[in-house]
Amino acid sequence: MISTQIQTAAYLFASILFILSLGGLSSQESAKRGVYYGIIGMLIAILATVLGDEVQGHIYIIIAIAIASFIGIIVARKVEMTSMPQLVAILHSFVGLAAVLVGFGSYLDPHTALLEGAERNIHLIEVFIGVFIGAITFTGSIIAWGKLEGKIRSKPLLYKGRHLVNIILVVTSIVLGVLFTMANGNDGLMHLVIMTAIASFIGVMLVMAIGGADMPVVVSMLNSYSGWAAAAAGFMLGNDLLIVTGALVGSSGAILSIIMCKAMNRSFLSVIFGGFGEVQIGSAEEMEGEVTSTDHEATADLLKDAKSIVIVPGYGMAVAKAQYPIFDMVQTLRKAGKQVRFAIHPVAGRLPGHMNVLLAEANVPYDIVLEMDEINEDLPATDVAMIIGANDIVNPGAQDDKSSPIYGMPVIEVWKATNVIVMKRSMATGYAGVQNPLFYKENTDMLYGDAKDSVDKINGFLKE
Amino acid sequence: MKVGIPMEIEPKELRVAATPKTVKRLIKQGFEVRIQKDAGLKANFSNTDFEEAGAILVDSATDIYGNCDIALKVLAPSEQEIDLMKEGLVTLSYLWPAQNEALLKKLAEKKVNAIAMDAIPRISRAQKMDVLSSMANIAGYRAVIEGANHFGRFLNGQITAAGKVDPAKVLVIGAGVAGLAAIGAANSLGAIVRAFDTRGEVAEQIESMGAEFLTVNIDEDGSTSSGYSKVMSKEFIEAEMALFKEQAADVDIIITTAQIPGREAPKLILDYHVEAMKPGSVIVDLAASTGGNCAYTKNGEVYTTKNGVTILGVLDQLPNQASQLYGNNLCHLLDDMGKAANFKIDMEDDVVSRAMVTYNGEINWPPEPLPVSPQKAKVEEVVEEKPELTPAQKAKKKSIGMVIQLGVIGLFLFLLGKVAPADFMGHFTVFVLAVFVGWQVIWNVSHSLHTPLMAVTNAISGIIVIGGLLQVTTDISSPISIIAFVAILVASINIVGGFFVTHRMLKMFKK
Repeated sequence: MISTQIQTAAYLFASILFILSLGGLSSQESAKRGVYYGIIGMLIAILATVLGDEVQGHIYIIIAIAIASFIGIIVARKVEMTSMPQLVAILHSFVGLAAVLVGFGSYLDPHTALLEGAERNIHLIEVFIGVFIGAITFTGSIIAWGKLEGKIRSKPLLYKGRHLVNIILVVTSIVLGVLFTMANGNDGLMHLVIMTAIASFIGVMLVMAIGGADMPVVVSMLNSYSGWAAAAAGFMLGNDLLIVTGALVGSSGAILSIIMCKAMNRSFLSVIFGGFGEVQIGSAEEMEGEVTSTDHEATADLLKDAKSIVIVPGYGMAVAKAQYPIFDMVQTLRKAGKQVRFAIHPVAGRLPGHMNVLLAEANVPYDIVLEMDEINEDLPATDVAMIIGANDIVNPGAQDDKSSPIYGMPVIEVWKATNVIVMKRSMATGYAGVQNPLFYKENTDMLYGDAKDSVDKINGFLKE
Repeated sequence: MKVGIPMEIEPKELRVAATPKTVKRLIKQGFEVRIQKDAGLKANFSNTDFEEAGAILVDSATDIYGNCDIALKVLAPSEQEIDLMKEGLVTLSYLWPAQNEALLKKLAEKKVNAIAMDAIPRISRAQKMDVLSSMANIAGYRAVIEGANHFGRFLNGQITAAGKVDPAKVLVIGAGVAGLAAIGAANSLGAIVRAFDTRGEVAEQIESMGAEFLTVNIDEDGSTSSGYSKVMSKEFIEAEMALFKEQAADVDIIITTAQIPGREAPKLILDYHVEAMKPGSVIVDLAASTGGNCAYTKNGEVYTTKNGVTILGVLDQLPNQASQLYGNNLCHLLDDMGKAANFKIDMEDDVVSRAMVTYNGEINWPPEPLPVSPQKAKVEEVVEEKPELTPAQKAKKKSIGMVIQLGVIGLFLFLLGKVAPADFMGHFTVFVLAVFVGWQVIWNVSHSLHTPLMAVTNAISGIIVIGGLLQVTTDISSPISIIAFVAILVASINIVGGFFVTHRMLKMFKK
């Protein structure tokens, strides 16, 4: 068995490894190393804890970890890259659940009863906050998972006075918190349980109120919450490693949320409080011009004649699983000496960086996958811009139509390319419910149909 | 359905209304194609080329006008040709209906359904059938090439061992399709290009092709709903003339493209403009066939003035290329009309009803105007502007904000320190510093790795497993142990699943 000092040293080392692990993600080359840092850090942390004096019941620990590893590996192996958002959401819910359980455990722990005065109060507040955040994360993530999986309709659920209800619920929770800290012994358990129920309800309503297009923000936000929940658990256990890790994860999620919100030109609060979908549907400006459509052969001819091509993928590509035929097409085109690049909008897909992962899965080399800011200035010199299953992120209305609900959102300026091909299933509006003037532009042609079928057909013509 | 292509009888016309490629397209659309022998020779398409493409060669135009359902031509049919036509024949050709009233009458008498390709409305949908645009594109390109041919210098600037060469300056008047094509060609040959147009809306197009947009200081927009420019006011024209005078003395090549449908081309380059030009300069007049934009232009001729300015009133048509584009335009129109299987003259259709100048024995000209480049209604924008702060004021405001923020934070920490136990303050320090570290580290994460980032943070937030590890007891039936057991279980799924899936994802990222 190891001493407390050694344990602390091990935790410190694990913290350093975790920081290096996240730091490694700054580039693709170092990212793989980063994962190993993370794994080693985790092993050290768990071993240091298990070998400590306080731990009992090793056999149960081993059983739990064995079962969990089995489940974890199966899930991680099987999950399709298109379902990454769902996996991430459900994993968040696990952290939330663990935080709730640890909170309850910590409250029921006989040591708690021994605490007195300010120490006891602070500890109970820590437990209370930890459980509160944990419960919100838990149910919120489950709803997010359901929405991403399509089990719950993605339209925001809004009712009048929901802000008032939320405020009442939060105030009730605070009152319960005060009663909880004042209760003697384990009498506060009842308050804790009621608060858990309330927090769970808040978690549900919070995510129910958020529309499908805002999912990237929600998932990042829940990521952040799961971190804060871990940090709160760290406080209640007096464990610095948990605090550090929780803070790292919490700020990571917060930063992702900020990036996503910026990419949609919306304030964080407006997303959290939901109701984006209720903004007036359709912009005030009448669409001018006509929508022209094209066919697969003409598109293939266009691509054959083009020198530089930019492909803008969106969630539609993920749904149709079109990334493989797209890679085929890219290879054919690149062999013919054309410059082919991908332009990724920060909120494309349902998870930050979702498109990158899908393209990587299909073996698209990452050096031709560019960010919005990198590609925008090249678009005027681009011969063909192909939009595959994306809509709002290429909406010129965001730049020049002040009445548009998405006005001010940064978008990929595909309309500056000589020719624009939009692959879409129908003329339906995107998740923001906004008409897209791009489709009415003279240099835009629509190619209707399932993205995968369409790309397959184009491939056929390209190889002729 | 039979489509026939007669030979062009006008000797100067080198184009033909179909090429082997478009013949293939027509056959694909379901038509049977007949072509008069030698029709494509002048455009370098041999009879065998057509035969290989699937066309049937016929000896005389009579066969085509008498037996086919659709006839494709370039120039308007002559009276003799119309005599050969059967009733109900659909013809596609140039017609210039505004100038050729007698011809329309004759066509109507014969009950020929004639489509004037030059009357296709210039709307987005019909762009692919717009022969004026496709031919103008060729003309614009040739204008630069032939202008350069007659110009005795390089177009691009060079610095050579033998000395410096200044780039040539090209002025393009009128930025329609031809003008823009000329700008593009001249720009890519390295010349300095300027362009003038009465329509302010084309400034962006001109600049996008690489030319400088010239304008006069009079606020009048020449745009009309037909897409052509209107006749401008007297003041405007005076200012325009002054601008041309100034430019004429400076530039080396002038390309004029100003044409007004159904009217004589406006005279833009007058005698004193030509006199102001340097010897050796070139004027290419694309409006020569409708009277010319330049006072000295002679249609069909290359003329050199006394002061040594060459004026081109004729351009090579590039018959091979032009036939291909013209043929494609025709194919697109036939495609739109329902191909062979569903061929239909739909007078409800905006394009067909406007281009079909004679239908069922009646003259259908002029059509109702159809707006092309829709102009946005100019909306008065009411923007409430907040008074702009000077940078100094802003900085001051910012620093005041910072002081207040720091003050609040300091006060909060002080109060916290007063009530919280020592232990808590230690942990709190760690927490706050860790947030700062996380903040710095995460901003560096590449955007493309955000999904792996979420997965890995998922995994490491599974560190909460430690909570469970510390709480589990040897008595598994106690509530605390059960809770802890479940906590360990879910948190470990997170750890293992999270790391594993991140690893799987990162393996996929390849250069």
